[in-house]
Amino acid sequence: MKAKTTKAARAAPGVKPLTDEDRLALFRMMVRIREFEEEVQRSYLEGLVHGTTHLCQGQEAVAAGTGLVFREDDYVGYTYRGHGHCLARGMDEEAAFAELFGRTTGVCGGVGGSMHLTDIDKGLIGAFGIVGGGLPVSVGAGVTAQMNGRGQLSAAFFGDGATNIGAFHESMNIAQVWKLPVLFICENNLYGEFTRINHTTPYEDLIKRARGYEMNAVQVDGNDVEAVYNATAACAARARAGEGPSFIECMTYRHRGHSRTDPAKYRDPKEVEAWLARDPLTLYEAALIKRKLLTKAGAEALIAEERARQRAASERAAAGPWPEVGAVDYETLTFA
Amino acid sequence: MQEITYREAILAALQEEMRRDDKILIMGEDIGPSGGPFKTCQGLYEEFGPMRVRDTPIAETGFVGAALGLAITGYRPIAEIMFADFLGVCFDQVVNSIAKHRFMSGGKVKAPLVIRAIGGAGLRFAAQHSQTGESWFLSVPGLTIVCPSSPNEAYGMLRAAIRYDNPVVVFEHKALLSTKGPVDIGGPIPALTGPAMLREGRDATIVASLAMVGRSLAAAELLARDGIAAEVFDIRSLRPMVTGPIVESVKKTNILVAVEEQAQVGGWTAELAAQVTEAAFDYLDAPPARVTLPDHPVPYSPPLEDSVIPSPERIAATVKSLL
Repeated sequence: MKAKTTKAARAAPGVKPLTDEDRLALFRMMVRIREFEEEVQRSYLEGLVHGTTHLCQGQEAVAAGTGLVFREDDYVGYTYRGHGHCLARGMDEEAAFAELFGRTTGVCGGVGGSMHLTDIDKGLIGAFGIVGGGLPVSVGAGVTAQMNGRGQLSAAFFGDGATNIGAFHESMNIAQVWKLPVLFICENNLYGEFTRINHTTPYEDLIKRARGYEMNAVQVDGNDVEAVYNATAACAARARAGEGPSFIECMTYRHRGHSRTDPAKYRDPKEVEAWLARDPLTLYEAALIKRKLLTKAGAEALIAEERARQRAASERAAAGPWPEVGAVDYETLTFA
Repeated sequence: MQEITYREAILAALQEEMRRDDKILIMGEDIGPSGGPFKTCQGLYEEFGPMRVRDTPIAETGFVGAALGLAITGYRPIAEIMFADFLGVCFDQVVNSIAKHRFMSGGKVKAPLVIRAIGGAGLRFAAQHSQTGESWFLSVPGLTIVCPSSPNEAYGMLRAAIRYDNPVVVFEHKALLSTKGPVDIGGPIPALTGPAMLREGRDATIVASLAMVGRSLAAAELLARDGIAAEVFDIRSLRPMVTGPIVESVKKTNILVAVEEQAQVGGWTAELAAQVTEAAFDYLDAPPARVTLPDHPVPYSPPLEDSVIPSPERIAATVKSLL
């Protein structure tokens, strides 16, 4: 198990220090994402979610910690394991559930599904189902940010597996050559689908990839939400100041399998146990209790509240109408 | 009308559109100070600067994907693919991202982008630099595919493609780059899609694309010497493939010959033959014929390359064999 934080992730000039309000918001967002995903899982077993779905329990600190850094006019691209990033951008949970359930009330009208949950109005530029496929698109949004000249940035989320595909390398290279305000945020959860990183990649510390492009890079404990925030905020400040892209490696772990049909039996139980002991939510709950920002009872109440909120959103979504076959205007969906 | 080359027509369209709208930018390999390997971007860098005329690394996945990112965030990017063959490198971006992005978003995003790909045989570039590439994208919903066959079409279609709010792949042809023709500079924007009838005739309908249009017109000349009047169409757009006027023509001539510079299997002429057969079966005096490349890669050696590209003589002979 690796959970390091490099110096840059702790101390960074120009980073807005977290307020107590921010800390509670971070905790709430992590709980929200966790409870959303738990509800997705329950709904899947009930037959409400179709096909497959890729859950992010265990990786909530990445979505929450980075999410607090982004401005409303920033661009965020991500993958099929992207529900957390959508919630961190303020996507309405009922519309998200309805999309997963294939209902016409879904945020994409039910034509996208779990792997393509997105909303351009929230600066979400897309959920890409092809590993690495979203990275060049985030580079393009980075060109937009550069040309607009308003200090925007483009953030691209991807997993460790994506760092082995050509699109990743082409994107890193272009972003660095053009000094684009792009944050490459790698959620290194040690597994590309069902295969552990050591079978597919010459090293586990993917920050080495960035060094090959002479790109500013930081490796951070991806289960420490404040460390994620600090590292991202520092890189964002550089990007907004025109100093170019950064690579942020968040060392984390997914609690569940790759997708809903994967029981993840390929993992060493000791490894799983060690990472579960470093659950980002329980770590942060303890930290906030220690800071006296939260009590155990307060944390439990907040969790119960979020659980009820997700349950209610899911129930409302499940009551939503199916798209009417024959009434869908495919021409308008496909062409502007 | 000005008499200019296909290459100059492309450049004129780019220049004019980039002057009109500062949201338009172009990316590609060697298109900056070098002006493009086929000189289709000459002077753009000097006029519009490095932010809007971007020399890219040799990384088609990267910059074609970037075009989508730009398009959905308010710009109107153009990506130049130096040789259409290199579209194979960015196939995933075109097929899985660009063609589907609006759809998957529930129709919320707009992706106004143009991919210009310079393809085609006849210049001794051998198997990996002589393909036109349209067939690869023919079965991908969400794409618009156009094929300018003359300087005027290159100028008009490119302007129309740049102004269109959806992804367009413009297949240009390198054997046409130096051909001259009258161009309506500053004229009205033509329809992006749909065929154009270039020659009227009552005896046979010939439909072609890109460099095969000129060869089909030459074939019609040969046929005229024998008293056969061929009607010649430029298909212009392959997606959507607008067949109405061609069906009407076949109802009159009762003969269809379709010509393309690609392997026959999976080519657009197969789709055209199927559609015309469905719509005008009772009018056909013979099965629709296709004149295409053979089912092997393009050879390098000049006599071999020349022998595989459909010639006016072969097209004319095919028409005669059906009469």
